[in-house]
Amino acid sequence: MEFLKNSWWKIFGVIILLYVIAGGLLFEAPQLPVIRESVRNIYFHVGMWFSMMFILFMALFFSLLYLRYFRPDDDLKAVTAVKTGLVFGTLGLLTGMIWAHHTWGSFWVNDPKLNGAAVGMLTYLAYMVLRGSVDEQDKKARLAAVYNIFAFVLFFVFIMILPRLSQGSIHPGIEGNPALSTGDLDPRMRKVFFPAIAGWIIMAWWLFRVYFRILRLRKNIDELNEND
Amino acid sequence: MLSEIGHMIRKEITLEWREKFAFNGVLLYLVSTVFVCYLSFARLIDVPTWNSLFWIIMLFAAINAVLKSFLQERDGRLLYYYTLLRPQSIINAKIVYNAVLMAALGMAGLLVFVSFMGNPIQNMPLFMLNMLLGVAGFSSVLSMVSAIASKARNNFTLMAVLSFPLVLPLLLVLIRVSAAAIGGAGLMEEIPNLFVIVLLTGITLVLSNILFPYIWKE
Repeated sequence: MEFLKNSWWKIFGVIILLYVIAGGLLFEAPQLPVIRESVRNIYFHVGMWFSMMFILFMALFFSLLYLRYFRPDDDLKAVTAVKTGLVFGTLGLLTGMIWAHHTWGSFWVNDPKLNGAAVGMLTYLAYMVLRGSVDEQDKKARLAAVYNIFAFVLFFVFIMILPRLSQGSIHPGIEGNPALSTGDLDPRMRKVFFPAIAGWIIMAWWLFRVYFRILRLRKNIDELNEND
Repeated sequence: MLSEIGHMIRKEITLEWREKFAFNGVLLYLVSTVFVCYLSFARLIDVPTWNSLFWIIMLFAAINAVLKSFLQERDGRLLYYYTLLRPQSIINAKIVYNAVLMAALGMAGLLVFVSFMGNPIQNMPLFMLNMLLGVAGFSSVLSMVSAIASKARNNFTLMAVLSFPLVLPLLLVLIRVSAAAIGGAGLMEEIPNLFVIVLLTGITLVLSNILFPYIWKE
């Protein structure tokens, strides 16, 4: 019972994702010109971006908490979230590039949505570089938290405003959240799409928790070694 | 608050005047880059390239100019400010001062650039307005990043790496507006884009004022 009590959401997430993978590949999907069967990628590609945004929001939240209470654990949570976010960001880019290769004919096209994604990745890689160049623990945490908040707000404004200003994007979902607005998505796909989003977010949360425990253990080991 | 900012700005200008070589250095950097571009491109350069080249050169010159704004402050002097001023006064003064510095740099840069690469600009007032707004935006982002980078090792690389993704949104809008200005678009057509520049600058200013105190306290 103890196991079920602590891990019911993990089991739930795994079941959802198994359903998404099976259903995403097997269920009926609309046959659109050019896109054809690759439309199934929506369950994976969009899920990656939703999880990334979710986890980056968490990073922002923990950075704010750190600047409020200066607890080292909050800083560690913020880094963990950024690293997890980078994993999902990379996966989102990769799934997107494969998709773009099949439908638009090249791995990368000059488009506000894609460039926004690239800028986001660059921002968080810069965040990691910043952490690497400061030695003192609390100074590192403080500077990183400040940069994270600063960068997140600008990044968010960028991906929200710029695509709307430019005359056109070939990436769908120009007026807001891709695939979420009701007219956008074929009703047959919704029964896999919404579980997919939930499943990937659960997976991101799980990954974050495991990663956080690993990083905390590693940090504790380092501190013990220093004290010897 | 305002008088504190005023005093800080006056101090910055005095210092800059005493150490003219720093500003001259950036100016020379600007002229050299323009000259390198002039030599490496053919004389007849198409307008989009002209435009992007101008802004890329401006961006690098701006990063160079702002880089030293916090590095030159030694620890002792920072401690002295700490007893005198509110942190917000310091960051605001730096932002205003850097904006003025960059505006001067931008004007000089434009002059050099136009004389080497030719002048395709049809709507000069709009181009200037765009440049001045852009300079204010650059200054607010870069001053804050310079404050962060000055606390860490290998500053120049870090400054560039940290500021590129943050400046990029602004840079894209600036390039778009200045392309329109070169093409001879009227002021009214570009109001939405100019508004975005002002909005981005405003957001950056607010964030700088909230976040700077956390960087500053050791």
